[in-house]
Amino acid sequence: MTVSTTQPVGSGGATDGLTDDAALRIFRTVTTIRSTEDRIIRGLSSGELRMTYYTVRGQEVIPAAICEHLRRDDYMVTTYRGMHDCIAKGIPLDELVAEMCGKVTGTSKGKGGPMHLSDPQSGLMVTTGVVGGGLPIAVGLALSSKLRGTDQVTVVNFGDGATSIGATHEACNLAALWEVPVVFVCQNNQYGEHTKFADYTRSPSLAERFRGYGMEARTVDGNSVPAMHEAAAEAIGRARSGSGPVFLECLTYRLGGHSFGATTEYMDPEELSQAEANEPVGRYRRWLVDQRGIGEDVLADIEASVVSNVEAAVGAAKASPPPGPDELLTDVFSNVEALPR
Amino acid sequence: MTTDDPIHTLSEAVNQAMDIAMAEDPDVFALGEDIEDPIGGVMKGTKGLSTKYGRERVRNTPISEQAIVGAAIGASLVGMRPIAEVMLMDFFAVAMDQVANHAAKLRYMSGGRTNVPITIRTSVGGGRQFGAQHSQSLEAWMMHIPGLKVAVPSTPHDAKGLLYSCIFDDDPCIFMETMSLLFTRGPVPPGRFEIPLGVADVKRAGDDVTVVTWGWQVPEALAAAETLADEGISVEVVDLRTLVPLDRDAILRSVEKTTRAVVVHAATQFAGPGAEIASLVGHELFGRLSAPVERLGAAYSPVPYAAELESLHYPERKRIAAAIRAMA
Ligand SMILES: Cc1ncc(C[n+]2csc(CCOP(=O)(O)OP(=O)(O)O)c2C)c(N)n1
Ligand SMILES: [Mg+2]
Repeated sequence: MTVSTTQPVGSGGATDGLTDDAALRIFRTVTTIRSTEDRIIRGLSSGELRMTYYTVRGQEVIPAAICEHLRRDDYMVTTYRGMHDCIAKGIPLDELVAEMCGKVTGTSKGKGGPMHLSDPQSGLMVTTGVVGGGLPIAVGLALSSKLRGTDQVTVVNFGDGATSIGATHEACNLAALWEVPVVFVCQNNQYGEHTKFADYTRSPSLAERFRGYGMEARTVDGNSVPAMHEAAAEAIGRARSGSGPVFLECLTYRLGGHSFGATTEYMDPEELSQAEANEPVGRYRRWLVDQRGIGEDVLADIEASVVSNVEAAVGAAKASPPPGPDELLTDVFSNVEALPR
Repeated sequence: MTTDDPIHTLSEAVNQAMDIAMAEDPDVFALGEDIEDPIGGVMKGTKGLSTKYGRERVRNTPISEQAIVGAAIGASLVGMRPIAEVMLMDFFAVAMDQVANHAAKLRYMSGGRTNVPITIRTSVGGGRQFGAQHSQSLEAWMMHIPGLKVAVPSTPHDAKGLLYSCIFDDDPCIFMETMSLLFTRGPVPPGRFEIPLGVADVKRAGDDVTVVTWGWQVPEALAAAETLADEGISVEVVDLRTLVPLDRDAILRSVEKTTRAVVVHAATQFAGPGAEIASLVGHELFGRLSAPVERLGAAYSPVPYAAELESLHYPERKRIAAAIRAMA
């Protein structure tokens, strides 16, 4: 199967197994991601907040749909562009925002920052800032489940650009060989930093390329909740049942520059505005109202409660102190005696 | 250097050196992530060069550090002079097999029959809240591998002269561009100009204490020296400019005069370059020092994200001044 990477294919109206409850949970998740991003961008623009921030606008649906099929004890690995994954996996919003602001109430006491979020309690094990660094680690997480005989699944998120890194290929081959329960979620947002997909590879389809490692691989419209929900159910179900890894190429679009404040001069403005007009959160909201008959008031209630949660998280982060000086040499090793003096 | 040289940023100086090298020698070419226009490198080092020399000679790559360095090595084995860009020094980790096991050793392993005249340009973060994987000063790692030359300019002037020398040097050169200095300005001689590798520069003359440093910490040391001058302490700042080759004569000449030395660097203090330099000074000037050699490097921790901790992690002017004061 050859699939164009710029024309999302999706099952559009497919509603397989998507109950109203699930649909509303997903709505709450994508709304939380969007509101948090909007609030952070507002804070960064006014100087109220300070951090390096990588937009997730346009990619909200992917983790929201995936996490419908994950349990808390399933593992996840993500990247610097991973706030959406962290929220969907269930990192408490207060701790997440505080970490991004470098505060002691953050998930890592302010020592990791927005590129290095982790919260083992939610199963979010690693956030890497090195492109491709997460995939081999995910294979190890999945191997642990296999060796211990549990039915946990590991999901590793990475960008399309990460498919150019050697580690990605070593990890995929190994996962297929060992048949470990990992789902490789390639969030193909059409750009690797400032380079367009077609300018760094001649592969028309990543799914096709990675199928060559001997694993199930699919292309899915990452901006469609029904399509993502169905594909994630199948992939995660497969991994959980012991049938080995799956590669999901989730087609999406990065609705902005690489990071906050970065240039967009190389992006096609026409394409960008078209993608913005069809952005997935609004698209999903319309679908809920038009196709699923969900009341406007129900959605508005969710939105209002999300906005107040986000505001509370930002307020708490701002009020939290930074980590104290003792933290500098804490957590280098398990024991302080090992530190060179 | 004359005072009427035009003023440029360090990034522009780097750009000039590459521009001149590419104009002079068709075997010089550049490869790296996002180095083509309109981006011209995320730190703007190659701005305009793909437009001027074409995309054959200034080539974007996929996100593939191992292949970037490896391809540079291959082309260099047959006499080309590639300038590879590794976006951030932290990402050397991904390319390290090519750097350490190949670039550094091919001349030796071939008994001198091949050589690797590549330059790897890389940005060095730090002090910018980029977190533990985007902030490391890894010069000690490079210095520890026999066969690699290491340059760390602190001014636009030095950047231009050193980069030109690296490009035409017959060995692999690691050229470190400190991010916090990239957009600082200073006079840059127009046209072709070289600074030989292995020659330090006294950035400020003084009599009481020598600070041996490089890169990011040079302006910090100069600021500390300025403060201390008001207190009657005269500080000499020796900017090594290259760590391999190491200008031992310049270090010893200065410390012989002042009899006191502090080595300052953004690299981790433990097993850092300062240990090598302190050992050199202690051994060569044993009995003539007025105080043990001091070292100020980064704390033994991954670089913390919170600004309050990051400022404790690296040396900075106040702590440099305090260390000098304590020994003067
Ligand atoms: C090994 C490595 N090389 C380069 C970088 C710099 N860098 C950060 S993000 C990025 C683009 C990655 O693109 P992609 O994998 O598609 O992820 P996206 O940012 O689109 O989510 C690059 C080149 C890095 N972090 N790690
Ligand atoms: Mg991408």
